[in-house]
Amino acid sequence: MTALAPAPRGTGGDRRSRGAPALSPAPAVRSLLRGLPTVPAVVLLVVFLAGPIAYCVYYAFTDMQLTGASGTHFVGFDNFTRALKDTDFLNAMWLTLVFVVGSAVVGQNTLGLALAVLMQKATRPVRALVNGVVIAAWVLPEVVAGYLMYAFFFNQGSLNSLLDALHLPDQNWLYTMPILAVCLANVWRGTAFSLMVFTAAINDVPQELVEAAEMDGAGPWQRLWRVVLPVIRPSILTNLMLITLQTLSVFGLIYTMTRGGPGNKSETLPIFMYQQAFQNSLIGYGTAIALVLLVVGALFSVVYIRLLKLEDD
Amino acid sequence: MAAVATPPARTVDKVPVAPSSPRGRRVRPGRLTVNLVLLAVSVLYVLPLLWMLLASVSRTNSFRLKWPSALTLDNFDAVLNVDTTYRPMLNSLLLCGFGTAVTVVASVLCAYPLSRYRSRVRRPFLYTILFSTGLPITAVMIPVYSMFVQLNLIDSVPGTTLFLAASALPFGIWLMKNFMDGVPIVLEEAARIDGANTMQVLWRVVLPLMRPGVMVVTIFTFIGMWGNFFVPFILLLSPEKLPASVSVFTFLSAHDQTQYGQLSAFSLLYSMPVVLLYLLLARRLGGGFALGGALKG
Repeated sequence: MTALAPAPRGTGGDRRSRGAPALSPAPAVRSLLRGLPTVPAVVLLVVFLAGPIAYCVYYAFTDMQLTGASGTHFVGFDNFTRALKDTDFLNAMWLTLVFVVGSAVVGQNTLGLALAVLMQKATRPVRALVNGVVIAAWVLPEVVAGYLMYAFFFNQGSLNSLLDALHLPDQNWLYTMPILAVCLANVWRGTAFSLMVFTAAINDVPQELVEAAEMDGAGPWQRLWRVVLPVIRPSILTNLMLITLQTLSVFGLIYTMTRGGPGNKSETLPIFMYQQAFQNSLIGYGTAIALVLLVVGALFSVVYIRLLKLEDD
Repeated sequence: MAAVATPPARTVDKVPVAPSSPRGRRVRPGRLTVNLVLLAVSVLYVLPLLWMLLASVSRTNSFRLKWPSALTLDNFDAVLNVDTTYRPMLNSLLLCGFGTAVTVVASVLCAYPLSRYRSRVRRPFLYTILFSTGLPITAVMIPVYSMFVQLNLIDSVPGTTLFLAASALPFGIWLMKNFMDGVPIVLEEAARIDGANTMQVLWRVVLPLMRPGVMVVTIFTFIGMWGNFFVPFILLLSPEKLPASVSVFTFLSAHDQTQYGQLSAFSLLYSMPVVLLYLLLARRLGGGFALGGALKG
């Protein structure tokens, strides 16, 4: 992990010659004492995260209703077979895929990388301006971002004013293409994260590599394709993973803008899950959908960890 | 990808990349194009933000972006009262303040053994933490709601605070451990020889050396909680306990097509703390670039 880590200890019999107390505790006791500081965090994580996840797996196989646990029965895979027959669920799966691929993989990732590359060549005030506005959109609370985007895409909103001014055709975005509107909103809000990751990564590219390529007559495009991108590949993968996971669980932004509507035209899995559990009182069914979301997230997490290849020294 | 998290102090001086390449001597036609493209992107980014600023000081309610005919502070006057602004903001402050405090203290304590000792459980533990950072918290909310119902914690501010703290912990521990790895161990060993115990070493030696790291974790945790809408939306019911994130939402739902000036004014007030915190972070540590550097595994 780090070059500064101490030599491995804990193999027992590690008595330092200087100043070691005459009576050191037994190795097992010492390991326990060393682990003591992790207790508060572990308790919180077990109670509030591991517990609910275990609950989630259990409830997903019951017909629990919001009205109370009195009539809860074990129903096996009923919730899942029901989901597979439910056109609304399939619609939510499809929209989630569109939302994740469109706004994260294509939108945020590409725009973040493009901005990071372009900013290397921009003049300083322009660079500061881009940084400022992109990060401002990211720092704003989710609901405020949703409200601003609602106003921006609204039929009489700023976007249509702009399109009119440029003599381009406008339309009622939130009605005709709500999923496109929420995708663009998520790009507006989330690109800062990718921009920061890529800026840090590009700054770490050894300058001599780029200069050597330049000496060999590589143009700016070639330097980007052949030198910079291969070097920052791990960052691109990490970033893709992280923003995919963030985008999978976006709720507030979409809910503020469209409530999943009109109809179910922007109803991604988190919105669909919320509506089944709290508006239709089907906790069991909602939890089964939550489990699907958790499993998808967990799969991405595993891939992400594999990519990071945590190297222990 | 470097195996060591870059200490934020080092990333700062790398942020302004001066055109040090030999090409700087020539006039680059590309630079003008690059600047123009970036300016166009900035304009698109600024429009929604500008609309909120103008709407908050204008007399007319409209989604159209236009220069207000007369500036007014009426919208701010209308929202600056206990029910609309002060109480929700105070609720947010209590939730996020205590939540952040719990997260930071627990992650410092948890990061120390992970950073300093080797043991058989260390690796699985770290993998679990890393794995948890990626879990979609949204998906856990329904079982959390059911659990809170059974524990009688629905509508409980302390319960919600602890849940927020727990959900921010994985990322907090991970970042904190990366920053702690950057603190040399030599000084600790010296302190140990002088007879200091673990807590004294942590408090007197390690923490003073990783102030920037603690600040990054604190500010990012706070910003994340301040903007969190779904958790309080599910776990809190009483209007007098709701934080600003939920009250913005209810305001938006309650006053459809009207009052956009007031809502913009309130949104500005509600966004102000996190914007200021971020500026503080950016001035001291190069902002998100500290985070970009710390994200390396």
